[in-house]
Amino acid sequence: MPIANKERLIHLGLAVIAFSSLLFLGLITFFLFMEGLPVFQYVSIKEFFTGSNWYPTSNPPEFQIFPLIVGSVAVTLVASVIAIPLGVLTAAWMTEVAPAALRRILKPVIELLAALPSVVVGFFGMIVVAPVLQDVFDADIGLNLFNAGLMLAFMSVPTICSISEDALFGVPKSLREASLALGATRWETTAKVVIPAAFSGIGTACMLGMSRSIGETMVVLMVAGGAGIIPEWIFDPVRPMPAAIAAEIAEASFRGEHYHALFAVGMVLFLFTLAFNCVAQAVSMKKA
Amino acid sequence: MEISGGFSGKSRFRALKQAGMFSVLRLAALINILALLIVCGFLLYNGLPAITWEFLTDSPRNSMTAGGIWPCIVGTVYLALGALAVAFPLGVASAVYLNEYAGGSRLSRYVRLGVNNLAGVPSIVFGLFGMSFFVITCNLGISLLAGILTLAVLSLPVIISTAEEALRQVPVNLREASFALGATQSQTIVGVVLPAAFPGMLTGAILGLARAAGETAVIMFTAVVFFSPQPVDSLLRPVMALPYHMYVLATSGTDIDKTMPLQYGTALVLLVLVMGMNLGAIILRDRLQRKRGGI
Repeated sequence: MPIANKERLIHLGLAVIAFSSLLFLGLITFFLFMEGLPVFQYVSIKEFFTGSNWYPTSNPPEFQIFPLIVGSVAVTLVASVIAIPLGVLTAAWMTEVAPAALRRILKPVIELLAALPSVVVGFFGMIVVAPVLQDVFDADIGLNLFNAGLMLAFMSVPTICSISEDALFGVPKSLREASLALGATRWETTAKVVIPAAFSGIGTACMLGMSRSIGETMVVLMVAGGAGIIPEWIFDPVRPMPAAIAAEIAEASFRGEHYHALFAVGMVLFLFTLAFNCVAQAVSMKKA
Repeated sequence: MEISGGFSGKSRFRALKQAGMFSVLRLAALINILALLIVCGFLLYNGLPAITWEFLTDSPRNSMTAGGIWPCIVGTVYLALGALAVAFPLGVASAVYLNEYAGGSRLSRYVRLGVNNLAGVPSIVFGLFGMSFFVITCNLGISLLAGILTLAVLSLPVIISTAEEALRQVPVNLREASFALGATQSQTIVGVVLPAAFPGMLTGAILGLARAAGETAVIMFTAVVFFSPQPVDSLLRPVMALPYHMYVLATSGTDIDKTMPLQYGTALVLLVLVMGMNLGAIILRDRLQRKRGGI
């Protein structure tokens, strides 16, 4: 029957299109590895990951990305230490304390915060936060690990907050009522009943927030300071992985050593975020 | 405050503890609002004086220390609209497949896994991919088209997930009524489901548009150029774009202090553009929810 055939054709066409996301993910992986793996002709895998000399333009160049990984992990940690409590507490305030009207206003505000273009946040970090850090904390350089962490926290709070809020909001009312009926205060109910019940959702939120921090480029490119060294304290400049890629790819000669090295850095970054996302998905599955 | 349970010292302590902890929560929320207000206020205060008619409609002059940002505005609008034009049909078709055809099949689980992970890929990695695939392998060069295609891949997950959400909100009995009248599945989707879900999908489209407009790292080595005197006139030519212009002025301008007003102005225009679109999407969604609640 022609109609049935037509229907089948449409079904098939849509299925093919739906696979495009998977296809793109595959292509991204393929091109990263294709352009990144050749770097191991020039440097051994062990040296690449554990050596601490990132001198891509000296002669002979050295491609050892340990300082870049440390930089990325450090800014992400600083950001998480600030953003996770702030995000989760705000979410708890929205669902447990705030009157419904305030909640309805604050939710879009948090979403707007998530929408700030990263280059604008980076600009703010350079112009406003850096001089403050120099004056108040006596930091040698205003563009440093702490500044980058602070700006990243600013960008990941909305992610953490809105996903946590959904999780807390989804906790059945009967649980709260049971706890209150047993004589617990509202705070005790929040801390000992609601938050534990929403734990997997909050965990997912934190992982996704961290994934956003580690992958964010413009902020770390503009405010992390750019020094490819292992930081000794919180006001040292660092060069996280995305910053190294963004700053150097334009001057790397096409398919040269440096070019391959930067794709390899991209590969490592991609695997980091993939790991964060997989953990996030695993945590959110656990509940369901 | 609220329930204190009795008048013993212990319950007073518990009530106090609750009051204290709730203030901490309140403080956290306050910090968020303040942060947004400070950033927006700061940019408004410093940026508004720079916004003039010339600034919005002129090209940059004197090696970017004077003039306006017209080519950047045009470039950003082209990039974002182009990306949407590519990603919206793809995203809606994917969502229709996931929600109307695939159900909970294994195939759809794989597709969802793909969408979720694509959403988590860092923008700089999209940039690298766009460079090695669209710019080099497809031989598009650093061009508007390469930027549009890379941004389309980036905004695809947002569009798919909001479109799916919109489809899920369409009541089943609408579909059943259509089937009962003898419509086929594709007729039902085109004639009944899509029109009902369209406003919700629009929210996703606006969010995707805003995401593409504010993105810098993706277009940095796929689409943009430091300076072009005229707005872009071909898909295969590089463009100027607001976020990249902003970055260049702030970090490597010839005279950073002299371009300060330009930087604030550009930041403000970008902010208003992106936040305005997001606000639009939020208002649209709010209206839809209220309408649904009203029925």
